[in-house]
Amino acid sequence: MNGTVLRLVLFTFLTGMASLITLIALLSRDRKSFGPAAARVIFEGKEEGQVEEPASPSTLSALASAAGTHKNSTVLKGGGLSDEELEDRVRADQSSKKPVLWFLLSAVFWLAFGSILGLIVSLKLTFPDWLVSHAAVTFGRLRPLHLNLVIYGWASMAGMASTLWLIPRLAHRPLVQPNFAVAGAVLWNAGVLLGTVSLFVGVTDGVEWLEYPFGVDLILVVAGALTGVPILTTLAKRKAPHLYVSAWYLGAALLWFPILFGVANAPRLHFGVEHAVVNWWFAHNVLGLWLTPFGLGIAYYLIPKVLGRPVHSYGLSMVGFWSLAIFYSQVGMHHLIGGPVPTWLITVSIVHSVMMFLPVLAVAINHHSTMFGRFSALKHSPVLRFAVVGSMMYTFTSFQGSLESLRVVNRLTHFTHFTVAHAHFGAYGFVSFELFAAAYFLLPRLLGREWTKPAWISIHFWTTLSGILIYGIGLSIGGILQGRAMLDASKPFMTSVLVTIPWLHARTVGGLLMTIGHLVFAANIVRMVVGERVKTSLPRAEVAS
Amino acid sequence: MNKLSVVLLLAVAILLLTAMTLVVVPYRQFAAISKEEGLADYTTLQQEGRDQYVSLGCVYCHSQQPRDPGFAPDGERGWGRPSTPGDYAYDYPHQLGTMRTGPDLFNVGARLPEANWHYAHLYQPRSLVPHSVMPSYPFLFERKEQAAPGDVVVKVPGSPTTGVLVARHEAKALVAYLQSLDHTYPSTFIDKLANEESKK
Ligand code: HEC
Ligand code: HEM
Repeated sequence: MNGTVLRLVLFTFLTGMASLITLIALLSRDRKSFGPAAARVIFEGKEEGQVEEPASPSTLSALASAAGTHKNSTVLKGGGLSDEELEDRVRADQSSKKPVLWFLLSAVFWLAFGSILGLIVSLKLTFPDWLVSHAAVTFGRLRPLHLNLVIYGWASMAGMASTLWLIPRLAHRPLVQPNFAVAGAVLWNAGVLLGTVSLFVGVTDGVEWLEYPFGVDLILVVAGALTGVPILTTLAKRKAPHLYVSAWYLGAALLWFPILFGVANAPRLHFGVEHAVVNWWFAHNVLGLWLTPFGLGIAYYLIPKVLGRPVHSYGLSMVGFWSLAIFYSQVGMHHLIGGPVPTWLITVSIVHSVMMFLPVLAVAINHHSTMFGRFSALKHSPVLRFAVVGSMMYTFTSFQGSLESLRVVNRLTHFTHFTVAHAHFGAYGFVSFELFAAAYFLLPRLLGREWTKPAWISIHFWTTLSGILIYGIGLSIGGILQGRAMLDASKPFMTSVLVTIPWLHARTVGGLLMTIGHLVFAANIVRMVVGERVKTSLPRAEVAS
Repeated sequence: MNKLSVVLLLAVAILLLTAMTLVVVPYRQFAAISKEEGLADYTTLQQEGRDQYVSLGCVYCHSQQPRDPGFAPDGERGWGRPSTPGDYAYDYPHQLGTMRTGPDLFNVGARLPEANWHYAHLYQPRSLVPHSVMPSYPFLFERKEQAAPGDVVVKVPGSPTTGVLVARHEAKALVAYLQSLDHTYPSTFIDKLANEESKK
């Protein structure tokens, strides 16, 4: 590292830290919003100390004693809420019914479709003469289709469903103007559908993560704006004394996304290498400032709520939020290390990628300490299982990502399947697991019904967990072997292809397990919504009927 | 400090400010770099081929950005000198790529100038490179009884001899594009950087 680069590294680091410290100093003048009381705002009435697990009412008392939050482990009637409070809660929980069902059911459909395509794409890498008679079914068409379906169809829509449902809980009031969000959901679906058809026939913007043509981009922006109306108005008219950290993540994501998407999709503005710079500025931010906030917003709510105890340190969660905003927004160029991009730009991103240790650590301490000593609770709560595994994956993937941005590591892993494994640990192991947790938690409350097939939830959990582990670990090994072969110029290029083959098969196996899990998940949700109408036995819903 | 508007305004302000560093400043810096002198614009056919390349998603397996020899042995593999921003002056949308399931293609035209090699390779990669995982693209070709005047007849090792295999227009365009991928001319940009370094 020469002197100029070293100075640049120091300068970037100090600027980043200085902005963070200034911001926190300014914001924390109001001690109340940083103190432990603010962390308790998710509990109303006597809810603190009460577990809440709508997905598994039969294990509630076992969960309560495992959570160990109160000595005699009794589960209070109404979960600690008075009749009046309960009525308000039920009203809030069900106020978002229409838009949440629209978003969630569509998301699950796109997930099933997208994962079947993922499986086909995976098989195509090992059976290259399979399905080649028409351009529409080739690898180069189906791969971007898979990505766009799971990102814009599944993760974005399920994220918006979870947001729409969580906001009334965080605001302590019913959702305002839900119909705007219904229109948003319908339009967003139209966008994804049009985009899908367009990519099938090969009409594409040709840039990874931004393949949808401009018309589709416009539809998605309008749909997102419509969905934002009820979310932001409900937050503005909140009755809760404090805006809980989940609302910060979810609210900010809603404003970040259109900026990212708009700048990156602006037609004919970009050129040559600059286009690649904007491409990766967008593609990394869409993970960090759009999908990650969904995942973290959900985890920050669900983990403490299921356990009935506030997060470990609320002050830390503020540090985590602001450092995510400042640092994450500058990491994108680590996708172009070694490329025709000025050193200063790459350096800024590498330094911030390493600085991401801070927000990740803040979140990790918060989530894992809240769980610490209560891991047996996982046995009794499917929601907690998904949420906690997801949160562990977040910690793992983020540290992995910081390391991948270092030149020595990047030299080996860039351009290989290792990156694909990392992408799935993040987008799947973390974000999708949080979204699964949210779906299992919210649907019983939204509909006042129970999951009548707990075994299906277990099947979903174990297939997808073992699937992502086989997928991720397998491809990481394959990627490292591929990278090592490629860096050794004395080996022919084909060596780097051949060493990956067994691991590509492993990925297909992992992907098959995940796909099975998704189909079970989808079937369970369909049963829940249209199947036998089993009213929940929980005291909460009795009030509602 | 618990006002929705303050939180959201700050969050947006941070993204806009950081975008100054990551988007606006680079935009101006790249706009000021002129194209490499040795670089020629695409012909109509080559540009059509590039559109095929984009539409068929070759970028998901092939990069177009050889790295510096000090960083990785891309040059030793025959992928060419490190690319510079001026090499991409006519490239829209960019196709730098992030995956090397297959080799870097930024200089494939210099490395493999033979059109028939590319035709045969696109028709069936495994006819030339055993165990390749590159998909075959048979729909870019058609099998005829006999060639019409002007047809490009493609010979694929080991493929049946009934009739002739001719390249469709899409294949001709794509191969013209692949052949145009030649950035082996000396880079004025790298020379300039070297000059600046030695002055310091
Ligand atoms: C699934 C991944 C994949 C896709 C998609 C793909 N390729 Fe390839 N390509 C490879 C692999 C692997 C090799 C190396 C083995 C070989 O030469 O067949 C390769 C080799 C090549 C080569 C020879 C490069 C050299 O230096 O030997 C060319 C040219 C090429 N591909 C062009 C294309 C074009 C054009 C497309 C899009 C129509 C495309 N490829 C799509 C995987 C892919
Ligand atoms: C269900 C089983 C799944 C399978 C079998 C699968 C398979 C694949 C395959 C084969 C690729 C292309 C890799 C390549 O080009 O070499 C891919 C890319 C990708 N998939 Fe999946 N996938 C699945 C689920 C998901 C889900 C649920 C998500 C996210 C919510 C996701 C996110 C991504 C992303 C982000 C990429 C791009 C990776 C990169 O460019 O580095 N996948 N997937």
